[in-house]
Amino acid sequence: MTSNKTPLYQQHIEAGAKIVDFSGWQMPIHYGSQLEEHHVVRQSAGVFDVSHMNVVDLNGSGSKSFLQHLLANDVEKLTVPGKALYSCMLTENGGIIDDLIVYFMNQDWYRVILNAGTHDKDMAWIRQQLQNFTDATLTERPELAMLAIQGPKAIGAFTSLLPADAAAKVSELAVFQACELDDMFVGRTGYTGEDGVEVILAAEAAVDIWQKLMDVGVKPIGLGARDTLRLEAGMALYGLDMDETTSPLVSGLAWTVAWQPETRDFNGRKALETEKQNGPGQRMVGLLLTGKGVLRSHQQVQFADGGNGQITSGSFSPTLARSIALARVPATVKTGDVCEVDIRGRLVPAVVVKYPFVRNGKAVIEIEQV
Amino acid sequence: MSNVPQELRYTQSHEWVLAGDDGQVTVGITDHAQELLGDMVFIELPEMGAELDAGDECTVVESVKAASDVYAPVAGTVVAVNEKLVDAPELINEDPYGDGWMFRLQIADPSQLDSLLDASAYEVVESED
Repeated sequence: MTSNKTPLYQQHIEAGAKIVDFSGWQMPIHYGSQLEEHHVVRQSAGVFDVSHMNVVDLNGSGSKSFLQHLLANDVEKLTVPGKALYSCMLTENGGIIDDLIVYFMNQDWYRVILNAGTHDKDMAWIRQQLQNFTDATLTERPELAMLAIQGPKAIGAFTSLLPADAAAKVSELAVFQACELDDMFVGRTGYTGEDGVEVILAAEAAVDIWQKLMDVGVKPIGLGARDTLRLEAGMALYGLDMDETTSPLVSGLAWTVAWQPETRDFNGRKALETEKQNGPGQRMVGLLLTGKGVLRSHQQVQFADGGNGQITSGSFSPTLARSIALARVPATVKTGDVCEVDIRGRLVPAVVVKYPFVRNGKAVIEIEQV
Repeated sequence: MSNVPQELRYTQSHEWVLAGDDGQVTVGITDHAQELLGDMVFIELPEMGAELDAGDECTVVESVKAASDVYAPVAGTVVAVNEKLVDAPELINEDPYGDGWMFRLQIADPSQLDSLLDASAYEVVESED
């Protein structure tokens, strides 16, 4: 396996990071305590190096119609320059090849952010799909670094480093909206359930901004906390909560499928329509463990009526001080239903809850209900 | 560098053992092990009175990251468990050789202790991890 390093590798080492292999990238899992880092993002401001993510640009007048075919969500919704859209990219069978964010910059430019772990298959698929389209050019941007600055104090800390006009521009960004500054691309997006920005910029500028963020008290946050933060925020993770064998309809992502207009022929549409007509047999729910232990991926979930499902991702929730999970269960399961989870041979009680579990630093599920 | 106290014995699987004069041994996991596992959030301790063979899985610790078994380093009967850890598993991170102890065994055969690693042998195990 190749071993890639981001431009910030040296900064991670200096900050005391424990480095792990993540899809061929040498990435920080934590800088001492994953729990402390989690709380920093919920309460203050932290910065993640997410330069391993795959940034690609689509240019040309044919980009829009190409993306309307490639993606289950519809870029037609994007009319304001800088506006972003979350979407799945599907196989003909409706399975999820990857989930991504696409930014509309202008009629001739869309920027797409995909997962690192799916890079090779994503690129092969997109290039193959492109062969049927004209006036759309794909450019990978591996030279660009990416930082996610997240937490209630993130935007304040980040804008304190910018000239006044740039700071104003960033402060005024709507959620899921990006703007271009002189030397960086700033979007008000994230994967934590907190306010914040994701910044795409050249390697040297990334090192500079990273250091300045440290100087104003923003803490480095590893990929470990990124996982517990996104799970609390109820955000699906590719490879665990979804993959090519599952459709958006059974992955809690039906809201990302744009059915209208009916004439839009996107990859996977026919399969999804059939699945929708038959009624998907499963759905994604949140679980809150009421007994003792920690929910983990692949654990079996059993319901009183004999139905069963499986946890797709689970962990300890630092904000709730309880274990939580996303689980794929029979479609008949309802919020409030109780179940038992097989944790290493022990059957431990849990309850079905609506997710997200946590948003903007606060629990949004009622622990008292259990 | 992690802490490896000289007075303790160790296993390949990262448990430490403190032998008392009373035929009892206290068991926990090493500083190196807690560092590898990260922040602890849950522990399932052995039952009091359980008869364990050396190598038995007898305790489960879960960090934010993963679950991990703790093995009985020697054969014996569980005579004490550290109930404090149930509500404060972070003690394992904070003080792995002190307040983070896990259970105490009454051992029948003290010669078993001879098969355990001393501090310098365990340092070699650590460095190969």
